[in-house]
Amino acid sequence: MLRILNKIWHTGTVTERRPRDAEIERFGKQVKRAIDRRFRGSLAIRQVDAGSCNACELEIHALNNPYYDIERFGVHFVASPRHADALLVTGPVSRHMETALRRTWMATPSPKFVIAAGNCACDGGEFGVSYASCGAVENVIPVDVKIPGCPPTPRDLLWGILAAIDVKG
Amino acid sequence: MSRFDWLSEYLARLEDEHVVVRRGDAARLAPAHCLILDAEDWGNVARVAADSGYRWAGLWGDPVAEQVIVHAGFVHEGDYLILITEVPLSHPVLASHTPYYPAANRLERHLQDMLGIGFLDHTDGRRWTRHRAWPEGVYPLRNDFPVSGNSPHRTPADSDYPFERILGSGVYEIPVGPVHAGIIEPGHFRFQAVGEEILRLEARLGYVHKGIEKIAVGRDPVGLARLAGRVSGDATVAHTWAACMAMERAAGLDIPPRALAIRAILAECERVANHLGDIGAICNDVGFTFAQMQFGRLREDWLRGNQSVFGHRLLMDFIVPGGVVRNLTYQCKKILQPQHEALSRELDDLLPIIDDHSSLEDRLVETGYLSNEEAQRLGVTGYMGKASGQDYDVRRDHGYAPYDRLDVPSPCLMEGDVAERIRVRAEEIRHSLKLMEHLMRRLPSGPVSVSWPEVVSKREGIGLVESWRGEILSFVRFGEDGRVARFFPRDPSWFSWPALERLIHGNIVPDFPVCNKSVNASYSGHDL
Ligand code: SF4
Repeated sequence: MLRILNKIWHTGTVTERRPRDAEIERFGKQVKRAIDRRFRGSLAIRQVDAGSCNACELEIHALNNPYYDIERFGVHFVASPRHADALLVTGPVSRHMETALRRTWMATPSPKFVIAAGNCACDGGEFGVSYASCGAVENVIPVDVKIPGCPPTPRDLLWGILAAIDVKG
Repeated sequence: MSRFDWLSEYLARLEDEHVVVRRGDAARLAPAHCLILDAEDWGNVARVAADSGYRWAGLWGDPVAEQVIVHAGFVHEGDYLILITEVPLSHPVLASHTPYYPAANRLERHLQDMLGIGFLDHTDGRRWTRHRAWPEGVYPLRNDFPVSGNSPHRTPADSDYPFERILGSGVYEIPVGPVHAGIIEPGHFRFQAVGEEILRLEARLGYVHKGIEKIAVGRDPVGLARLAGRVSGDATVAHTWAACMAMERAAGLDIPPRALAIRAILAECERVANHLGDIGAICNDVGFTFAQMQFGRLREDWLRGNQSVFGHRLLMDFIVPGGVVRNLTYQCKKILQPQHEALSRELDDLLPIIDDHSSLEDRLVETGYLSNEEAQRLGVTGYMGKASGQDYDVRRDHGYAPYDRLDVPSPCLMEGDVAERIRVRAEEIRHSLKLMEHLMRRLPSGPVSVSWPEVVSKREGIGLVESWRGEILSFVRFGEDGRVARFFPRDPSWFSWPALERLIHGNIVPDFPVCNKSVNASYSGHDL
């Protein structure tokens, strides 16, 4: 136990406050204000992998690491679309996920919005449209905001989420 | 030890069984050795291989004109044996390898769905990769199937897959997925449980099938390398390397030593990043968030290092056919070395905490136990195998450049539980740091790429790489025009998924996430 406390003490807080990340900080505050105003203090996001290669997921995960700690801005990932304000969708939509994605979208209460994250979700990316892939997310459900990148970095994702809140406001 | 000194014994045993080997070919898929066989001997050769204790390493078909050329890979003492036979498209039937190698089950069903090959004596004829995107009786990998497919309509859900059921009083079923509760890939799990105890788990995968094998056809080498880097994004380096290795062997291209060393540095970086993230995530799944936060921090530091040295956090597209895209400068070494030292120090603090934290021990020891026998039967590699007594590492035992000149340490532990898999991964991080230090200290001079020959026509090659998950086997054949005619990447997940279904027996439902995380098989790499 002492070792744990010792490590915590010596690690300190790494969550970005340093000058080089002032941008994130400023920007995060902006997100927070928008969320406070439009979503009563918390934006619930349901992430849906509709056919990704999993690299987009790794970077979305990173939003929860202590550097970005996205929850401090009021954004959190929820387990059910029924609890969500927004869907964050990755991947080209594989045909085998087409119906599941559509059902997830329908299960999300209105008003809702959809963010397509990653090149694949934006325009089909490396996989495009084929017998197995519907390509871009907007080919299956309406999309409000696109975050390009392969994969988008956590910083890109944070920016994109703010943009989404702007668009919906 | 000389290579393939066991082969003559195998050939003699085949002769005893009256199996006629049409031809042996050491050049076609070198360094693997090929044996060309009659289709009717397909089952016997696998039986003899199983009796001899060889590991089954994959199966793929290659449609050429009116035939399908079927390949099956076997491994023994670090040598790869590829058995090859032909079946006519008019009557594509072969004996199944599943009776001798249970892990062949799903790759055979994949081949059945994608190319229409029927397997006799297969214990399980259900579809696997095919859901409802294309109808029964048509096969996407056949040459007459258009890449755009034939069905412009919406694809209905795969709601009538016949799961196996256990009947009995108090047995209930829990369906999970394809959309899971966390930020993870989609797939469906069907649990049969009594109370909290899991009696049976059956996975239904194929949800992220993106037609990778089909859309690879017609690509140039650079395009294929990009696609290979997205077979499973967490193993982008390893998959790109395996595909490039296959293409380069097909082209007879020698890669400059400096490029090879840089590839190995990339591969070790990828291993470290994934192990760091997963150790934290496994601990988090039993509520130990301290480790999740600490290891999440270390992973992020590591990815930022990747960004500044290689220009991409996950190292995508740095490996290209013929070498790597850019040189590593002296500056890079100045960033990497202190970073490695810092990580080492952090691990000195953190790993002992994880190792003897009593509540972690309570949750992780004996949880998700995979016996040594099961691991061997299923042919699992990587940390899954190494935590269950399977002492195999492609870098060390098969030996490819630059590892063939290095002393590659590889842990082999016996306990087979979640705790042991963490231990293997912790050791691998340490080993990777040592390997990288060595590689950087002795970085050969010279160019980092060679140009691709004009046309590489009608040649094929195989790539074998130890990814952070285990062994990747990648096959590429070029057509007459020098473009890719066939690409098949076999991710280690084909074997770790069935292992998950076995090791979950007798565990409680709430421990599924931690068991699953400790296996961390790839959906995308498996579904293709
Ligand atoms: S955008 Fe790139 S990282 Fe994201 S799913 Fe597509 S290929 Fe993978």
